[in-house]
Order: sequence, then C-alpha cells, then structure tokens
Amino acid sequence: MSDSIAIYVARYRPGEDDAPTEQRYDVPLSADLSVLEALNYIKDELDPTLSYRWSCRMAICGSCGVMIDGEPRLGCKTFLREFAGRGELHLRALDHFPVERDLVVDLEGFMGHLETVKPWMFHEAERPVAEGEYRQTPAELERYQQFSQCINCGLCYAACPQFGRDDSFLGPAALTLALRYNLDSRDEGSAERMPFLNADEGVWRCTFVGYCSEVCPKDVDPAAAVNRGKVASTINYGLNLLRLAGGKRDA
Amino acid sequence: MKRSNEPIAWSLFGAGGMLLALIGPGLVFTTGFLLPFGEPVATWHAVDAFIAHPLGKLFLLAVIALPLYHTVHRLHHGLQELHVPLPHGLVALLCYGSATVLTIASASWLLVR
Ligand code: SF4
Ligand code: FES
Repeated sequence: MSDSIAIYVARYRPGEDDAPTEQRYDVPLSADLSVLEALNYIKDELDPTLSYRWSCRMAICGSCGVMIDGEPRLGCKTFLREFAGRGELHLRALDHFPVERDLVVDLEGFMGHLETVKPWMFHEAERPVAEGEYRQTPAELERYQQFSQCINCGLCYAACPQFGRDDSFLGPAALTLALRYNLDSRDEGSAERMPFLNADEGVWRCTFVGYCSEVCPKDVDPAAAVNRGKVASTINYGLNLLRLAGGKRDA
Repeated sequence: MKRSNEPIAWSLFGAGGMLLALIGPGLVFTTGFLLPFGEPVATWHAVDAFIAHPLGKLFLLAVIALPLYHTVHRLHHGLQELHVPLPHGLVALLCYGSATVLTIASASWLLVR
C-alpha cells in the first residue's frame, strides 16, 4: 500500500463557480480510513472551506451519501483501502439532486416525497392507553421489517434513472415507506396512501431498473417494495373498476 | 395525484411474461421441431382439430396476444429509457396499438376457422 491517495473532490461554490470543478487532495492512506474520515482530514488539515454532510459515522443517520467513483455510496461505510490499488478516487455530490455547495445537496424535494405518502400510523379510533399496547406477532413484524430499515440516505434516488429524468417521481424510498406502513398490522391507513402509489408519479414511473436495491446500504431492497406496490396498485385498480361498475364514485 | 391506467398494460405485460416463462420453451419445441418433423397429414389434422376446439382457440389467442403485449410494453419503456426523442404518447399508441390490431386480427381469424 502506498502511503497516500489522491482524492478528487468536485467543488461547487454557488455564486463563485458556474459548474463544479475537481480539486485534488492528497490524503495519507491507512487500511481503516473511511472516505468520510478522509473528508474530515481534508477539512481539518488541508482546506477548511470544503463542505459535506455527516453525523453518525456508522451508517445510521444517512447524511454522508456521495458519489464515489460514480457510484452512490455512504462515505462512512466506504473505505479508502478499496481504492488503494488505483491510488485515486473521485467524489462528487449525489446525482439527481440540486447541489447546494461542494458535496452538499438539497434534500428538500426528497423529504417532501417521503412526507407525501403519509408515513405514520392511522387508526380508525384511538385506543385508550389503559387497553394496552398494539401487539404484533413475529410473522406480522416480518412482513414489513426489512422495509423499515431505511435511513433516508437518498442513495437510491441518486441511482434511479427515472427520478433523474423527472423528480416528480415519488421514488424508491418514499414508495417503500408507504408499503412499510401498508404492511403493518397496526396501521389502518392504506386507503390514505394508495392514491399516491396508484399515480404515474407513484409506483408506475418505475421500470424495474433495480439499481436502487444494489446501492442501498441497508439492504432495504426498494425495487422489490416498489414492485410489490405495483401488485397492490393493480388490485386496487381492479377493485375500483368494480366500484365504478357498481355505480359508485371513483376512489 | 391522478390514478394511472398503467395497471392494464402492466397486467398484460406480466401475464405475457409469465406465460412465456412457463410454456415458451415448450411452444418453441413443439412448433419448431415436433410439428415440422411429424407425419404431415396427421399433423395437419391434429392442428386443425386443435384450432377447431374452443379451448384450443382460447389457448392460441392467449399465447399470441399476451406475449405481444409483453413485448410492446418492454419496447415502449425501453425506447423511453434509451431517451429516443419521440413523443411518449405516439410511442405508446404505436406499441399498444399494433399489439391490439394483431390481437383482434388473430381473434377474428380464430373465430372464423
Ligand atoms: S431505501 Fe436504502 S438507499 Fe434508499 S434512502 Fe433508504 S436506506 Fe437509503
Ligand atoms: S455519517 Fe451517518 S450514515 Fe454516514
């Protein structure tokens, strides 16, 4: 292992630069140094003007997503040793999001999409606390647990060509979140969420490219969730046709 | 948000894919190897009897129409994904339209047989 690695970071300073330009930093290489720690080193030792996001350093907060050699990945979960052989790596802000500065992107639209699908429990009637907790069997937990592991890192949006083309697409994480609640035995809000799944901007924009599931750092498998959403939406479509045939209103 | 009509196209696409996966190889083997190398007169009678039966007609319509819709659905989305500069509506019309025309043609032919 050579003792340093060249990290090229796409810098973008609004008001100063017209477009992002790469800047090279040489960082001392060690086997256990993550890309995030390398960025911290750059910021502390080489260039205090560099901007990037991070918090937990342990793949939990979901804030350190960047494009690492063109792939959306978490900085804290990716180690420099992987690139030691080539002696260099390239970082840029997550694709498909507006860049605010350097590696920091604007997540406002993404957060809006998450909120759109109403990711909270609905109950027909609130149960008095005295009646105790909502109980769930292990099998009921199993149904949605994988889909509840999302850390909202946005990597799947940077991976999704459909979101890149049109960001009105609710996207992998938001649609997975909707399914996560729809599959929860304690929830009674499916009807509230189905209109968003049923829309073109919902599950139907997806063409099952599958890259979202490849890049997901938590093995949530959003592509599977979206495609299960397609089945749910198709059933909902059929039921709605029956409703229409019965003279009822479009739901 | 407006309800999408994509479930119709997607169901046909899914049904076609499923059908091909299940009986596609058998279909190719039968029509490509078994029938052409069988005894011609007997084969002709067998196929004719198959087409004459309502279930035979239904089977043939399914194996013609569903894979057609499957194919044009893939084509439609594939063209879009390749950023082919054609209006979305036109591509959809050409794809699903041609599948529908061919389906109606096959259905009519099967009916008059
Ligand atoms: S589904 Fe995976 S990639 Fe997408 S936001 Fe959640 S954790 Fe990140
Ligand atoms: S710093 Fe929290 S996920 Fe990487």
